[in-house]
Amino acid sequence: MTQPIVSLRDVRRDYALGAERVHALQGVTLAVDRGDYVAIVGPSGCGKSTLLNLIGVIDHPTSGTVEIAGKRVDAMSDREATLFRLHNIGFVFQRFYLMPILSALENVALPMAEAKVARQTRVERAAELLAYVGLGNRERHRPSELSGGEQQRVAIARALANGPSLLLADEPTGELDARTGTEIIALFQRLNLDGTTIIVVTHDEDLAGAARRKIHMRDGKVVDG
Amino acid sequence: MLGVAVAAAMLLDMVMLATGMRESFRQLLLSRGFEIRLAPKGTLPFDTDATIPGVSAITATLRSNPDIREISPVLGASIHIQVGNRDVSGSSLGVDPAVQGDYELLSGSDPATADAIVVNDYFLQQLGARVGDTINVATGYDPQTRTYSGQRKLVITGRVKFIYGATEQSGSAMRRETLETMRGEATRDRASLFMVRVREGADAERVRDWIETEVPNVTAISIATAIAQVDARLSYFRQLAVILGSVSLFVGFLLVTTLVTVSVNERAGEIAVMRAIGVSRTHVVQQIMVEGVAISVAGAVLGLGLGLVTARYLNAILSSFPGLPMAIDFFLFQPVAAWSALGLLILSGIGAGIYPAWRAASLPIAESLRREAIA
Repeated sequence: MTQPIVSLRDVRRDYALGAERVHALQGVTLAVDRGDYVAIVGPSGCGKSTLLNLIGVIDHPTSGTVEIAGKRVDAMSDREATLFRLHNIGFVFQRFYLMPILSALENVALPMAEAKVARQTRVERAAELLAYVGLGNRERHRPSELSGGEQQRVAIARALANGPSLLLADEPTGELDARTGTEIIALFQRLNLDGTTIIVVTHDEDLAGAARRKIHMRDGKVVDG
Repeated sequence: MLGVAVAAAMLLDMVMLATGMRESFRQLLLSRGFEIRLAPKGTLPFDTDATIPGVSAITATLRSNPDIREISPVLGASIHIQVGNRDVSGSSLGVDPAVQGDYELLSGSDPATADAIVVNDYFLQQLGARVGDTINVATGYDPQTRTYSGQRKLVITGRVKFIYGATEQSGSAMRRETLETMRGEATRDRASLFMVRVREGADAERVRDWIETEVPNVTAISIATAIAQVDARLSYFRQLAVILGSVSLFVGFLLVTTLVTVSVNERAGEIAVMRAIGVSRTHVVQQIMVEGVAISVAGAVLGLGLGLVTARYLNAILSSFPGLPMAIDFFLFQPVAAWSALGLLILSGIGAGIYPAWRAASLPIAESLRREAIA
């Protein structure tokens, strides 16, 4: 039996909201296997994004343990967490958040520059990734010269830049029309077939339907999946 | 950006003002190569009507010092010329044309003979005369009886520009002997000022000390002491420049801080995503600091042009104050001043970036992304 790539045990996350305490996650235990494609679904405010943030090591749990790729990440320092994300996790967001002054190729190469990959290597890899997401002919274009779907594909290529073991996506089709959303869903499926572990948080039934596994959440708890 | 440019222009102008007058005055004093000036004891050159007696004896004493190369005694006086029914007055310098350091010849020739005079353009205009004309010059005029004294016919042999002359000042120069003769016994063998050139390589300060010892009835002023006196008299301008320059720098600092802070706030989501994909806090800080410096440098480049234009305009206004030598510049462009202003702006840009950079690096990633999603 292979070790799961994501493993959460009794994870809780509380927030202070003014004088009140909000219990965003209430004892979540979860495992995701390597190579899986998981969709986390549920009503707004049920804790989906909070769960994704904890898996992505951009937030710390109030209690419980989080292990990613066999490593405890719940108590990492900021420096450790930053390095861990750089090499192990790819993020795709609803808004694409590309650097407006950089070209598509430069945007994709950015995480590799941060990881101190040699210039020639990162240019070649960025070009390969852009070709993989179907934007081989748009390398020199700036984000403002690309459509929403194209920008999201650049963001996906950027997320894959350092060869992460896990790809996390938060509402990746949220700002796209139906046709473009379908293209992104197909791209995720292709990525998963090629071996990438994917976890998406979504309200999009089509995107959730394309996943191998669905996790339903309600009121900060995993209720099914 | 325009605000930063205006602050940069103001800073450049104030740096130019703080250092320009001093440098301009130094250049003016050095322009004819006379390092030392002798004025009547306790006065500055032409500060009063006082004169130094015993020109011949003083000249002989000065010549005994091998470090002194040239001596130019100058006698100053007011002159009057009747033009039609009106009296045109001006000032005249009695000089030795061969060693004088008071004027530049624009056209014609120096007053080589006893009946020659050279005048500036303003005087020519007042007289309605031209080079070659003969004018009846007097050193005394009684306005009640409208009578002239010490009159002599002199031929205008040249047009000159007086180095220390003010705007709209009628100036002229003739041989010192001529002016002495016209003024009579009162100024016989007297001078208002001596100008002294020292031998190349000689220590002007040592020569100055020697003169004050050997010629006790004069105050010897070297370039350094003259500048010190000018510094003392014009300290008000420097203080004003320092205060306004500091205010400009502070305003520039606040503007850059505000611009970068607003930019960081607008890009909170973008910065949070950069952090999420693995960009370190150090690189975020670097990027924001570079942004602050870039705004400051761009503002400085724009401000340089703006500062030079405003400096020229303000210089024209200030230089037209009555009694000031035309050659004195209040705002003198010196590369060192521009570099100083640029250096201060870059330092201020770095300082201005600290707060927004700290804010950007401290953004909680998950919280910022959540806020962006809600927005």
